[in-house]
Amino acid sequence: MISKRRVMVYLISFFVFAFSPFLPVAGAGDFKDSIYKGEKLKPIDSQSRLKVGDKAPDFSLPSTAGRQESLSSYLGKKNVVLSFVPAAWTPVCSEQWPGYNILRDEFERLDAVLLGITTDNVPTLYAWTEQMGGVWFPVLSDFWPHGAVSAKYGILRSSGVSERALFLIDRKGVIRYIDIHDINERPSTELLMKELGKLKQ
Amino acid sequence: MNQISNRIFTLICAMFISLNFFQSLSQAANNPPAEGEKFPEIRLAIPQKGDDSKYLGLDNEKFFQIPKIKAELVLVEVFSMYCPFCQKEAPAVNNLYKLVQSDQNLSKKIKLLGIGVGNSNYEVEAFGKHYAVPFPLLPDPDYKIHDAMGQVRTPYFIAVRIFPDGSHKVVYSQAGGFGDAKEFLSSLLSKAKMK
Repeated sequence: MISKRRVMVYLISFFVFAFSPFLPVAGAGDFKDSIYKGEKLKPIDSQSRLKVGDKAPDFSLPSTAGRQESLSSYLGKKNVVLSFVPAAWTPVCSEQWPGYNILRDEFERLDAVLLGITTDNVPTLYAWTEQMGGVWFPVLSDFWPHGAVSAKYGILRSSGVSERALFLIDRKGVIRYIDIHDINERPSTELLMKELGKLKQ
Repeated sequence: MNQISNRIFTLICAMFISLNFFQSLSQAANNPPAEGEKFPEIRLAIPQKGDDSKYLGLDNEKFFQIPKIKAELVLVEVFSMYCPFCQKEAPAVNNLYKLVQSDQNLSKKIKLLGIGVGNSNYEVEAFGKHYAVPFPLLPDPDYKIHDAMGQVRTPYFIAVRIFPDGSHKVVYSQAGGFGDAKEFLSSLLSKAKMK
């Protein structure tokens, strides 16, 4: 005869073995553990009217460095890459900018500045980019009026965040390349640099 | 009562055995290579730079596997250009390479190799150029190698001991940075029984 105690021992063993793979395991770092892992989103949720050859809408936004950055301040001086990403502390965005962060020499060689923009507020963007180890390019907050610049560029999603989008603007302020990308995927850095190289020629 | 207890016991045993069976199946498909195990059979493209092939002691073939590298110990770093932790770790890995190369004996026995998961050749080269990485870096643009290695988090380090008879086994397999290069090298040599 099997005692109740013996059945209990088997039951406990069963649950320990069954659920052990789901127990938390120490990871590679706190930054990755802080990233919000949401579900897959609708690839594109807006309709931009802007096209290559259009004048880029001007804007002025606060940066994490405590300054106002305006697009027009680069007119006649530099090519500009606008990198809109949907949100701080999300998976693809938290890789995309660290990638650009080690390409400073390339951006400078191609006579371009990079401006990173999200609809998060300044303190959130500051905390996020500091966790990355800091970034060399200005990080701008399109928080208030909420998403106004993203809306101007036609890339504000119905959820209130921007698309994952790249705009290349030449020294004359003309849009030369647009990539409104699937929000779930990282745009090709190689392609971006190739397009930027065309502006240098 | 006795019959009911027996049935409960049989049911629990059956559930336990089947659960462990399916667990082991899924672990075999998804887990990173564990210490004591073999390195997954992954076919890697020969590095494009001639110096890299020479460093790894590879023949003029198109593909190779880790145990074919002419070394007694190979340290594989799984990284991504887009991973801030891999960027932070890059100088430490370079230091480890320099430490190995500064020892005439160890430089022949230990080789380093990086695999850039989700990275194209352009991205791997950008990472190598920025951090002046002195050892070969291979691209894994479609995550095939990453999948075969259990989709490990980056950075991830795997040390493979290669024996004179051509057999091999993993002696270190862990996520995250390794800290001090000198201490890590000493620990690797102990694990590989090369001291």
